[in-house]
Amino acid sequence: MSTEILMPALSPTMTEGNLSKWLIKKGDTVKAGDLIAEIETDKATMEVEAVDEGVVLDLLFKEGEANIPVNKAIAIIGDPNEKVEVKKEAPVEKVIEEKKIEKNIETKIETKQDDIIDTTSPKIEEDTNLSSEEITMRQALRDTMAEEMRKDNKVFVLGEEVAEYQGAYKVTQGLLQEFGKERVLDTPISEHGFTGLAVGAAFKGLRPILEFMTFNFSMQAIDHIINSAAKTLYMSGGQINCPIVFRGPNGAAAQVAAQHSQDFSSWYSQVPGLKVIAPSTPYNAKGLLRSAISDPNPVIFLENEILYGLKGPVNNDVNFSIPIGKANIEKEGKDLTIVTYSIMLQKSKEAALKLKEEYNLDAEIIDLQTLRPLDIEKILDSVKKTNRLITVEESWPFGSVGSEIANIVQRDAFDYLDSPVIKVNSADVPMPYSLSLEKLYLPQVDDIINAAKKVSYIK
Amino acid sequence: MMKLQKADYIKMYSFMLKIRRFEERAAQLYGMGKIGGFCHLYIGQEAVVVGILMTIDKNDSVVTTYRDHGHMIARGLDPKRIMAELTGREDGYSAGKGGSMHMFSKENNFYGGHGIVGAQVPIGTGIAFTHKYNGEKNICRTYIGDGAMNNGQVFEAFNLAALWKLPVLYIIENNKYGMGTSVDRAAAGLDLYKRGEAFGIPGEKVDGMNVFSVIEAADKAGKYVREGNGPYIIEVQTYRYRGHSMSDPAKYRTKEELDNYKQTDPIEIVKAEILKKKIATNDEIEKINKDTLEEIKNAAEFAINSPFPKDSELYTDVYL
Ligand SMILES: Cc1ncc(C[n+]2csc(CCOP(=O)(O)OP(=O)(O)O)c2C)c(N)n1
Ligand SMILES: [Mg+2]
Repeated sequence: MSTEILMPALSPTMTEGNLSKWLIKKGDTVKAGDLIAEIETDKATMEVEAVDEGVVLDLLFKEGEANIPVNKAIAIIGDPNEKVEVKKEAPVEKVIEEKKIEKNIETKIETKQDDIIDTTSPKIEEDTNLSSEEITMRQALRDTMAEEMRKDNKVFVLGEEVAEYQGAYKVTQGLLQEFGKERVLDTPISEHGFTGLAVGAAFKGLRPILEFMTFNFSMQAIDHIINSAAKTLYMSGGQINCPIVFRGPNGAAAQVAAQHSQDFSSWYSQVPGLKVIAPSTPYNAKGLLRSAISDPNPVIFLENEILYGLKGPVNNDVNFSIPIGKANIEKEGKDLTIVTYSIMLQKSKEAALKLKEEYNLDAEIIDLQTLRPLDIEKILDSVKKTNRLITVEESWPFGSVGSEIANIVQRDAFDYLDSPVIKVNSADVPMPYSLSLEKLYLPQVDDIINAAKKVSYIK
Repeated sequence: MMKLQKADYIKMYSFMLKIRRFEERAAQLYGMGKIGGFCHLYIGQEAVVVGILMTIDKNDSVVTTYRDHGHMIARGLDPKRIMAELTGREDGYSAGKGGSMHMFSKENNFYGGHGIVGAQVPIGTGIAFTHKYNGEKNICRTYIGDGAMNNGQVFEAFNLAALWKLPVLYIIENNKYGMGTSVDRAAAGLDLYKRGEAFGIPGEKVDGMNVFSVIEAADKAGKYVREGNGPYIIEVQTYRYRGHSMSDPAKYRTKEELDNYKQTDPIEIVKAEILKKKIATNDEIEKINKDTLEEIKNAAEFAINSPFPKDSELYTDVYL
């Protein structure tokens, strides 16, 4: 029996190599582990060892021959008494070909249907269990954490100033008093460390709620969010999940400038393995946070500092939840669709009122609630009805959530569109400090109105 | 210990006073809504930066945190333009785009003003790297909060600085709290100056309410670093009189604790020394007080009358 020795791939990017030197000659006997050749790769020159044993029957390339494809036979060893037939064409260039194929396929972003629980988002107008009292978003979040902590002692809270100080934005008020310092932990300013720690705890079965004082500081911990939390289920072949909620304020506050005013919604939404939620009212904050805490996956929960004081009724049932992956039709309309989320819902509603009053345009507003997985169906249904779409969000324009929506809509509802999709975003610059520039930077009601007029061809 | 001249005493006093008056005025403007966002005052910590500044070379560099107003004043920068940055105006050091936390003056080797805790530490180390790379005899002073001392990148920077013998002087401003968290609740091991030990970085603890102690330590440490021996850590024990930022009521500490520190007020200490050594009379001190007040008042006036940046400025400075 003879064996072919193939040109080895000596680095992940190597596709071909040069045979710089033979260390064996025809007729030699080689044992496993003997050096047989020197191969020059794209990065270095390396020695190659034999893994099989036998007599060298043939060397198929001469010293100095270049650009020999990976996996091409370069030598044959075997029993000298056996007749050898050298194949003309060396086998497969599989690795390379597979890559080519991959590139030509358009990747469809679609969530598997069974990933999404088949329920719709409960509607506040139809909720018969609504509180008569209005509470702030801050309190809605707080209450939900407390309720879930009462139910399951695997749930714990950690972050900077969450315990004794009661939260930098007072979202964790009273939790230390009720649950004690074993379950409500003040961390040092060690984001990378305590995020990794929380991810480890989640791997091992706890259910951490990790507060970032603001999501700006999640940048210090981004490696653990992306490389550890989001990927381990996949990398472990489904063995190790990471039930963790990363929450805190995201987006612009007031005049805190470039490093403290950033919207990371599209950054996180890009990452497979993460779910991303952005509530807009006390009502949906409550229902969505409950789903986030109960979810077996890492969830990025993007709050908004300016919305913390927003008041509204809630459903106080301790089991009330809003499913992840479902948008809410905030307002029905027939003339155009506005897709938005988080704080921009408020501005979109204001714009819709004016559009009706001043231009007799009846806008439908979709509040996404969850950014990943995206409720594509609801968006498409709406666009098929109104034939016009604008997206409104606070993030930068390049590769924003709106960009992805525009892509999906042109792909799946092209024939229904009566106008190009228009995105309303923040300016494509870092956030300035000065009050006057800050206002210019952020999307304003007038920007939404102008976009709506544009898709409706109103001058 | 370096020999202090009479003029040095006056300089120290004036600078510390100028910082104090500036911060008080900033608090007032904040209250009036002329300054927005986060605003972190340096009141109580004046002896730290002024003490360090007495020992430096004009071409040395510096990098610090968002608590930077005092650092800029001590560096000799114009209070008018600092205040104008705080009010977000065209004449500010960052043209109104950076605000209180993000101020820079390249001309004066002042590299910020950083809003992200810990970020300035590797950056300062990199500036020191450049001094060495260019064969300059200068050092980079890198300020670190006590809270920041628990941020991992600090230790990566320490290791690099020691490994490559970089001319960086790390100054830990231990004002006892990182926001609402006291040092003992955040740091395992309270001797922060020893945290370079494992890397072979010498460290020393200094009374930061007393500018003379700061000068002595800074002088010694500065020489060590300048002579090419690698980094050095000074932990300065200080205290901030105000909350973490304007919006912090500082309920996590007692009034007694605060009053206690006020007993060793850094400005009073210098003043007493000046009078004791008869470097200036009470009248002369009064004149400095009056002039300083006037200067800062003018700065505030200037800052609220400077124009807002033009709208078109939104899109400038994103790229060179
Ligand atoms: C990475 C990061 N995490 C959190 C914050 C929020 N924050 C701003 S200042 C601060 C406390 C810092 O304390 P310390 O280092 O002692 O400096 P001091 O404010 O006392 O000067 C915190 C937690 C931040 N700016 N950056
Ligand atoms: Mg501190």
